[in-house]
Amino acid sequence: MSALAQPLAESVVQSVDWLAIAPPTIAALVGLVVLVADLFVAENKKALLGWTSVAGLAASLLLLLPLLDGDRATFCLTGDAGVCSYTADRFTLVIQFLVLGGALLAALLSVTALKDANKELPEGEFWFLLLSSAAGAALLPASRDLATLIVALEVASLPAFALVGLRYGDRKSSEAALKFFLSSVTATAVSLMGISFVYASTGTLYLTQIADRIQNVDGQLQTLAQTGVVLTLVGFAFKTAAVPFHFWVPDTYVGAPLPVAAYLSVVGKAVGFTGLILVTVIALPSYADVWGPALAALAALTMTVGNVGALRQQATRAYSAVRLLAWSSVGQAGYLLVPIAAAAYSNDGERSIGSTVAYALMYAAVNLGAFAVAALVGRTKPLNRISDYRGLYARNPLSALILAFFLLCLAGLPPGIIGLFAKVTVFSAAVDAGLGWLAVVMAVNVVIALFYYLQWTALLFRAPEGEAVRHLVPAPVTATMALAGVVGIALSGAPQLILRFADTGLF
Amino acid sequence: MIDINESVMQFVLAFIVVGPFLGAAAALLPAPPGLKGKSPEQAVLRHGVTVTGAVLIAAIVLALGFDHDQPSKMQASTDISWIPALDVRIHLGVDGISLPLLVLTALLTFLCALYSYFKMPAGPTPKAFVALLLVLESGTLASFAVLDLLLFFLAFEMVLIPMYFLIARWGGEGRAEAAWKFILYTLLGSVVMLLGLLLIGIKAGTFDMVALATDNGRSLTASVQVIAVLAIGIGLAVKTPMWPLHSWLPDAHTAAPTVGSVLLAGVLLKMGTYGFVRILLPIAPDGFADFAPYLAAFAVVGIIYGSLACLALAKQGAKGDLKRLIAYSSVGHMGFVLLGIATMTPTGVNGALFANIAHGLITGLLFFLVGALKDRTGTTDLDALAEQTGAALYGKAPRLGGLLAFAAVASLGLPGLAGFWGEMLALFGAFEPAAGLSRPAFLTFMAIGAFGTLLTAAYLLVVVRRVCMGVAPQDVPKLADVQTYEFAAWTPLVALTVVAGLWPKALLGLTDPAVQQLLAGGTR
Repeated sequence: MSALAQPLAESVVQSVDWLAIAPPTIAALVGLVVLVADLFVAENKKALLGWTSVAGLAASLLLLLPLLDGDRATFCLTGDAGVCSYTADRFTLVIQFLVLGGALLAALLSVTALKDANKELPEGEFWFLLLSSAAGAALLPASRDLATLIVALEVASLPAFALVGLRYGDRKSSEAALKFFLSSVTATAVSLMGISFVYASTGTLYLTQIADRIQNVDGQLQTLAQTGVVLTLVGFAFKTAAVPFHFWVPDTYVGAPLPVAAYLSVVGKAVGFTGLILVTVIALPSYADVWGPALAALAALTMTVGNVGALRQQATRAYSAVRLLAWSSVGQAGYLLVPIAAAAYSNDGERSIGSTVAYALMYAAVNLGAFAVAALVGRTKPLNRISDYRGLYARNPLSALILAFFLLCLAGLPPGIIGLFAKVTVFSAAVDAGLGWLAVVMAVNVVIALFYYLQWTALLFRAPEGEAVRHLVPAPVTATMALAGVVGIALSGAPQLILRFADTGLF
Repeated sequence: MIDINESVMQFVLAFIVVGPFLGAAAALLPAPPGLKGKSPEQAVLRHGVTVTGAVLIAAIVLALGFDHDQPSKMQASTDISWIPALDVRIHLGVDGISLPLLVLTALLTFLCALYSYFKMPAGPTPKAFVALLLVLESGTLASFAVLDLLLFFLAFEMVLIPMYFLIARWGGEGRAEAAWKFILYTLLGSVVMLLGLLLIGIKAGTFDMVALATDNGRSLTASVQVIAVLAIGIGLAVKTPMWPLHSWLPDAHTAAPTVGSVLLAGVLLKMGTYGFVRILLPIAPDGFADFAPYLAAFAVVGIIYGSLACLALAKQGAKGDLKRLIAYSSVGHMGFVLLGIATMTPTGVNGALFANIAHGLITGLLFFLVGALKDRTGTTDLDALAEQTGAALYGKAPRLGGLLAFAAVASLGLPGLAGFWGEMLALFGAFEPAAGLSRPAFLTFMAIGAFGTLLTAAYLLVVVRRVCMGVAPQDVPKLADVQTYEFAAWTPLVALTVVAGLWPKALLGLTDPAVQQLLAGGTR
């Protein structure tokens, strides 16, 4: 290369920081490898695919470690090195840890689920879809422009539709997938439209540049910009399953294989609120007076509808345990929205965001744990009714105790100390921002939630109906329960581990 | 009294809080070789007695090592950072206000464990029973020892789950609903309380009770204080319980097993009143002064209401349940405690704290006695017990009858026994409430409260007449009289009731300096 061409090439060709983008990349690559390998692996060795995927997810989790030393950014504008599409700051790392860890636990659960499904689920496709979705979810928190954001969002959610509807010849499963798909696609279309409006009025897709330019939009484009903001927010609200975009949740969870439901309840939520945080706090802080009250109202509605829905579940109805977890996850999504709404009112919005992140980490660990126990019970009682959990303590004391712990964490009652303190941070974010009414609504909701979580917990320790039969617990399920349990208990002893995110700025 | 190294004192206090919790975990494990006992059940019940006994000894050591010349000073205090993000510190300490409550809790739990060792309530495995009992003890002790608002809340919540299961699994008739009612009422109150605590913590910038008490509400605006007192007050008032938030109590007491009732009345209710004294009085004095007259009004309504409910239950043909009757009498007694606190004077608050302890001793004893009566006769229904003439306990089981009569007269506030001083001081405080509170109003409250003592005497004497007296038919077999283990469990309560009645200074000497300082703004 001549001396003259070199600077030219440097200004056109971006240098890529491969280490920074390694976590999502590894997940995606392993997904492709598994999909291809599926063609060559013998029928009786398909389990290998599962373990490869688990290892891949573990590897991408490990690759987060070298990134801890500092902020990295790549895919930057050649003209302006401060404007980048991919940033691996603390926020990114924490959320990537959350989604990859969540995907890992869900994958562990899936190993057993696929084995039990007896070839009813196509293995190669399943793992490919799960890993692609995880890669998309890991890309999302790092993306700092709206195009990457939408691409990541779609990579995370499109495979999820397929995962939900994957069961051969299962009407409920495909119906759930269709519901999920149609409503999600509508939401994406809406937010794409919103983004195009925002682009039209600001002339940029980079979040930080939008934040600057949207304040001085031409008077004529003001309405366009505002409409764009609202439409974008609507799209992301759907992904968090916020009311009124929650209706797909219960049916989808019941129709999907249980590990997929677990995955959606944690990673799907994380995807939604991360996008929401990026759009609101990073890109549109100047519109805080618009999205603040909207999110506060949305949070109040979401938690109320979710908790009332969970409260109304009858213990003897088919799949009531999964339905209850589904509705309660809608309620929890409401709590996650509270600090984001509070960020609009407080001087230090990033601190409030930390509460959401801390809460989400707690929720991810204990909710996946609860799903793991549900998967365990579902093996012998395929209907998975809440009444099937009666006397679980007599059949399997450890899993009953750990489920009780998870439920109490979700409820926020000692010994679930981490659940309690995670709620306290959310409360304090609300009180700090002067959203007293939201804190009170949340308090009422916490009590409603306590009611159904406690009812379930109490059931575990009732005398069993009929003879108690012990079952062998498959190793992957045990591993999932143990991992989630260890995380929950460790966090209960040292809540600072995650609550420190509520103390400092993440960006 | 005796000089103990400060770091040993710190360790003793930490052990008192954490020991029962570790004991609970150990109770769930299989017994190690050499400690197997006659059967797994016996081994685990013995484990409960051992752990609660060790905690009681530690509490006594703490009381002995406590510097009685400076009861207003926080002693044996530990202060470690736990969750810097929320500014939560593990801050433990005792002063003259918390020490008696700590000792009372340790004592009552030990007596309950001892009693259960010989008389295990009917229900599922003793293993879970002992573990829950120990978690309960840990939670109550922690709530009296911690000096951080959020830790106090944590301890406050920690007792709910064990108490729920104690009632729902080992209780009597209607236990499921009663347990639900208990937990839902308390939760509803405590969530509101959490909001109030957060408000104080965020506005004042710290959750530390000592720092907040020293600040004495100076960094909190009047409106913050009013909202915080209302929110926290509701949570504490449910627990206390204050009329009209009391309705969970009679059901819970009626359904709970004997030891559950003893602990519920003896220590759990005290957490509510302790919170009033420790948190609301010093931290938000202006807000509390705004609500004090209303609190006092609710308190005297509670006194009258409790007594009238008891009178109605004690009437012939009312099918009154003795446990329910004692529960209502608790509502009345706690009314005196609240009245004392509402006066915001050293006299009244000292009286409240004294009445707290006295109620724990006497009502604990009463529940033990009624439980024993139920074991012997199979019922606590007054009409079924007394039939036409009276249950004639004096004739059938003279010692049991004598003890019951003793506990009843102690409860009605006979001078010379523990029940007298607290109520007298509370009324005395109402005679001259703190400056700024309406004296005529408090004089009225005092008069009504004094009338309440008459009603209390009336129903307790009716109970004594109907249960202890009567014609003992010759052909009816005698009831088993007080057993050795029952003597062991009850004697300490009887003795302390007499001691506290004859030598009130032992207790008031501890509480008074601490209360003076708390009301003066916690400066040191």
